[in-house]
Amino acid sequence: MSSPSTSSHLTDELAKWRDIIIEYARREELDFYETIFERLDIDQINQVAAYGGFPQRYPHWRFGMAYEKLQRQHRYGLGKIYEMVINNDPCYAYLLNDNALVDQKTVMAHVYGHSDFFKNNIWFSKTNRRMMDEMANHATRVRRYINREGLEQVESFIDTCLSIENLIDPHSVFVMRKPPGGSKPVDSSQSNEPTRYPAKTYMDRYINPPEKLAKERQDRLDAAPGGTNPASPVRDVLLFILENAPLQDWQADILAMIREEAYYFAPQGQTKIMNEGWASYWHSTIMTSYCLRDHELVMYCDHHSGTLATSPGRLNPYKLGIELLRDIERRWNTGRHGIEYDRCEDMEQRRKWQTMDPPTGRVVGRGSPGREKIFEVRATHNDVTFIDAFLTPEFVDDQKLYHYRYDPNTGRMVVVNRDFNKIKQQMLYMLTNHGQPYIYVLDGNYRNRGELYLGHRHNGIDLQIKFAVETLKNLHALWGRPVHIQALIDDDPMLFSYDGKQSTQQRIDKALESPALALN
Amino acid sequence: MISGITKDHQRFRNIIKGRIRKDLRRFLTRSELIGREGRKAISIPVADIDPPHFRYGDNSDSGVGSGDGKPGDQADTQGDGVAPGGDQEGRHILEVEVSLDELADILGEELQLPRIEPKGRKQITSLKDRYIGIRQTGPESLRHFKRTYRRALRRQIMTGAYDPTNPSIIFERGDKVFRSWKTVMSPQSNAVILYMMDVSGSMGDEQKELVRLEAFWIDAWLRRNYQGIESRYIVHDVRAGEVDRDTFFRIREDGGTRISSAFKAAKDLIENQYVADEWNVYLFHFSDGDNSSESDSRECCNILRDTLLPISNMFGYCQVASAYGSGNFINTLHEHVADEEKLVTSRVNTKDDIYDSIKAFFSAGK
Repeated sequence: MSSPSTSSHLTDELAKWRDIIIEYARREELDFYETIFERLDIDQINQVAAYGGFPQRYPHWRFGMAYEKLQRQHRYGLGKIYEMVINNDPCYAYLLNDNALVDQKTVMAHVYGHSDFFKNNIWFSKTNRRMMDEMANHATRVRRYINREGLEQVESFIDTCLSIENLIDPHSVFVMRKPPGGSKPVDSSQSNEPTRYPAKTYMDRYINPPEKLAKERQDRLDAAPGGTNPASPVRDVLLFILENAPLQDWQADILAMIREEAYYFAPQGQTKIMNEGWASYWHSTIMTSYCLRDHELVMYCDHHSGTLATSPGRLNPYKLGIELLRDIERRWNTGRHGIEYDRCEDMEQRRKWQTMDPPTGRVVGRGSPGREKIFEVRATHNDVTFIDAFLTPEFVDDQKLYHYRYDPNTGRMVVVNRDFNKIKQQMLYMLTNHGQPYIYVLDGNYRNRGELYLGHRHNGIDLQIKFAVETLKNLHALWGRPVHIQALIDDDPMLFSYDGKQSTQQRIDKALESPALALN
Repeated sequence: MISGITKDHQRFRNIIKGRIRKDLRRFLTRSELIGREGRKAISIPVADIDPPHFRYGDNSDSGVGSGDGKPGDQADTQGDGVAPGGDQEGRHILEVEVSLDELADILGEELQLPRIEPKGRKQITSLKDRYIGIRQTGPESLRHFKRTYRRALRRQIMTGAYDPTNPSIIFERGDKVFRSWKTVMSPQSNAVILYMMDVSGSMGDEQKELVRLEAFWIDAWLRRNYQGIESRYIVHDVRAGEVDRDTFFRIREDGGTRISSAFKAAKDLIENQYVADEWNVYLFHFSDGDNSSESDSRECCNILRDTLLPISNMFGYCQVASAYGSGNFINTLHEHVADEEKLVTSRVNTKDDIYDSIKAFFSAGK
């Protein structure tokens, strides 16, 4: 293994092309972070990819698992990684060092698209731009805990935390729920800790009698309104646990790290289609307008179309993203937008759409209304709103999208129809919360016994019971008291519980005490 | 720049091995593993080790795809559509590649099998020539082209004779380098496994399946312990003959059973081809134990005691249950050759017994 400073910097030729691409990207008004490219061989690329793009992560077997999968993929020729870029300031991106020059150019152009997206998309605005350092810090801290607590101990705790890493609220970073300043004011009247008078250790027993402390603590608990209850259903289950579960310092620190990383990666899940679409749009524009040489054409086309290839039953985010962006650009350049157009239901009329006043100025490329529109879209939308606002029947038709469903008779997926509304609904469905169920904390002191009560907001799809039961066990390991989750299974409200010894499930009825909050 | 991934990977492998070990009894009964052998690694499915999440269940199996096709047409490739479950990791089974050696190690650890000690005098040393050096002289056929070319190129550049527009490289005598060899001595222990199987009418497909599985694991363990192991196969009903591996597992004969025929064939084969002093000989016999006559069984015992046991490391007799027949041969062996510790017997009635059978065969470490 070689260090980046000696071997992985760009060759003169690549550096020259990088500067050319930067110039064209700036000319097209892309606005990106400084981007540092490193050249790695396939094994190094796989290592970095296994770490999610970072050179360092905390020690954990799942990175080893990812690494093995990548290696195997490569060995069997099932595809290799062309580009990898991380959201950081400066941006870091990796080039596979035995790729052909035309590939390297394409990747660099693609990367500047991503870099621009990271910098300007609102959903990334709250991410840590020093994540490279932060990840290295996490690694150091976890290693220290491993040295102190033991590998098995720390590893199994990380496993436990990873089990609930999806229970975050990606929107919460935009909401100021607590006054700034971070830490809670230490006021004994607000916590459940009884008042302690300062005393020397040998006098402590007399000045703060243990019986009195215990009584006071109990009184406080009884008087406290709802104990550790949230004021409204909390989606950031991780935070709730972090603040209320009896964790040791190192455990709390690890949980906080995992939560931080989950929030860091969340926008990438929320904007997969847009992000890849935007980057593909730009590598395509920059390459075909400026940087492609005659002899590179065939290879470029081959690889470009390979990236954008679709296969039955799979939506390619690169393809969907670039086509939808181009569609938006075209529509705004030809006046096919606005309330009149949206309301028009005559397909023929839509096809021949003419606005009263044809657009003036540039009608294609830089400076055109379409181009301005997609710059605006890249700044303000995420995948859900992107599809919701811009998917049109014409587009669905052009892209040959269809809705498919599992056919129990054949055990295969079968095309159901090509109905626009159904397809759009299904896509939004798939993208909402990027395919994760919505889970809320409804009670942190259920039955006044300090039990944790979660609720699943049902929107058409049931929770997977087996996984829910297993996850509850991990939740219990964190919470330390019995845990419950209510969920709608086959239209029946069910309560799944785990009390540390056994898992139970029961139908929710009147006899069962309801949690402090209800899912609206 | 990258550290730690090797450790993470190692850790992952260990976890996987732990899983396999825990489920070993079940793995031993998986017949689909067989047939993937021969390749160095076999990929085996283990239950997914990813931490569980709250996630969507199975009534989410619909999605959006793109392409041609009318309603009713198949839409999946492998069923891995972008379903709302967001299950991009694939289903809950993880396929991992494990080499046969690793598998054998797991087997050995779990069954607490001791490593086999090859008999001392059977460790012969072989001499091998290895091309590991470079020297200035040698025959043209051993010329190291790449190095020679590099030296010539370097010389031409240094002397200014190199012309980039017409890059022809001409070797001179001084440029040429040749591969050279060194004789290395490597200790080698040789072993041969001889499988014998009763293919009489009473041995059905089910019995053969058991034999196949048992033989697979015997093979895996012995191969782990010896380099350069050979396998030979003998089938018999009333007569015996050597067959290749493939035939051994597929052949089906009718007729009676005379076990002594196989023992005689084994004796001939070993005596003719494997000098007892140089080879570790392993004999395994699979039968349903329904020998044709008691006198033949007794003859078997004599052959065992007089020739086969003295020349072999061990003789494993594995009796599979059959719907027909008495299965009496194992009792005869117990009665007449019980005092020989090289003879190990086991009964395998179902696939689940393979675990204990392997343990019985190899726990002595011979």
